[in-house]
Amino acid sequence: MAVKAKHQRLTLILLALAALIGAALLAAYALRDQASYFYAPSDIEAKGVEAGRAIRLGGMVRRGSIAQAADGVTVNFIVEDGKASVPVTYRGITPDLFVEGSGVVAEGRMDAGGTFVADNLLAKHDENYMPRELEDMNLDEIKQQAETTVTQ
Amino acid sequence: MHGFANPTRFLSIARPLTPILLWLGVALVAVSFYMGLFTTPADRLMGETVRILYVHVPAAWLGMAGWTSIAIASIVELVWRHPLAAIAARASALPGAFFAALCLITGSIWAKPTWGAWWVWDGRLTSMLVLFFLYLAYMALARESQSEAMAGRSGMSRIAAIFGIVGAVNIPIINRSVVWWNSQHQPPSITMGQSSIDPVFLWPMAIAVLGFSLIFGALVLMRMRSMLAEIRIEGRLRRKAMGASAS
Repeated sequence: MAVKAKHQRLTLILLALAALIGAALLAAYALRDQASYFYAPSDIEAKGVEAGRAIRLGGMVRRGSIAQAADGVTVNFIVEDGKASVPVTYRGITPDLFVEGSGVVAEGRMDAGGTFVADNLLAKHDENYMPRELEDMNLDEIKQQAETTVTQ
Repeated sequence: MHGFANPTRFLSIARPLTPILLWLGVALVAVSFYMGLFTTPADRLMGETVRILYVHVPAAWLGMAGWTSIAIASIVELVWRHPLAAIAARASALPGAFFAALCLITGSIWAKPTWGAWWVWDGRLTSMLVLFFLYLAYMALARESQSEAMAGRSGMSRIAAIFGIVGAVNIPIINRSVVWWNSQHQPPSITMGQSSIDPVFLWPMAIAVLGFSLIFGALVLMRMRSMLAEIRIEGRLRRKAMGASAS
């Protein structure tokens, strides 16, 4: 009899757990847009964001796209995610980790011309941890460096 | 399994195990901190702040592991009615809350120089903060029902156990938050046998995780032992009081 009660409790708990996990998954699924911290360029392209609404835009800074404007405090660059890209303009001090080819989250709004006007920039660190000695050198650069050291 | 539910047998194992876990853990943490502070290089982008990894990652892991132990012990308490399970669940709460808080604090210190903000409300940070609040709520509930749980009666204690199980829903959410949703926090660096953390950082981190886990185990055992000792004292006092009133 005691064994039976134990099994009953186990079944009850397993059923409750299954229902709980199901509910949590449904909630997470329903939240998948709302709980995102930023829009990627492809989200903006696919869904469209009305101009003037405060949003965050996140993605990678396209290499070679950072341009300092003549006034010295405005930077223009392009944020991309491999599928789409959005031009961004920002006036202010950029964080230390704001470099080309790395991640960025910008707070601001789209203007009528399709440019994102940022009020605030956050650098986004990626999942790679690498010592400074291997500073994103690719093979060619390492070869090149080796050659120059040899010729010197 | 029922053998471990016997407090006397549990104590005979826990007593010698506690110092072994504690000192081995302290030694491993010391080794990892020495490596982390002196022998490992700075990160290519983050610079010196990468060294917080050796505290932040173990703290995050133990914050989540602490609640997982609460949930497992709660299931054992509800299904098998093990008297020690309720005590094990209660003993895990405070160390778990401590490491969850440590994870939030070290993360915040790292975030300011790296991202440019102390705090952002993205999925990972928010769900971790929720975990910390869940710990506080659980500790309040567990405290209310502590004397009942220790006397081997369930009732209020059952409510704490149910809360422990329901709260576990947050654990996979924390884990998956950076995958399901766009977030400020970076996606997982270590996935199914692959690591995007350079081995030079990974080794001290793995040692730190192991060391802190052993310390966590020692803390839980210590707290369980002190709770069991409390029950004994209470029982003795009760008997004494009854003896006094009888005479």
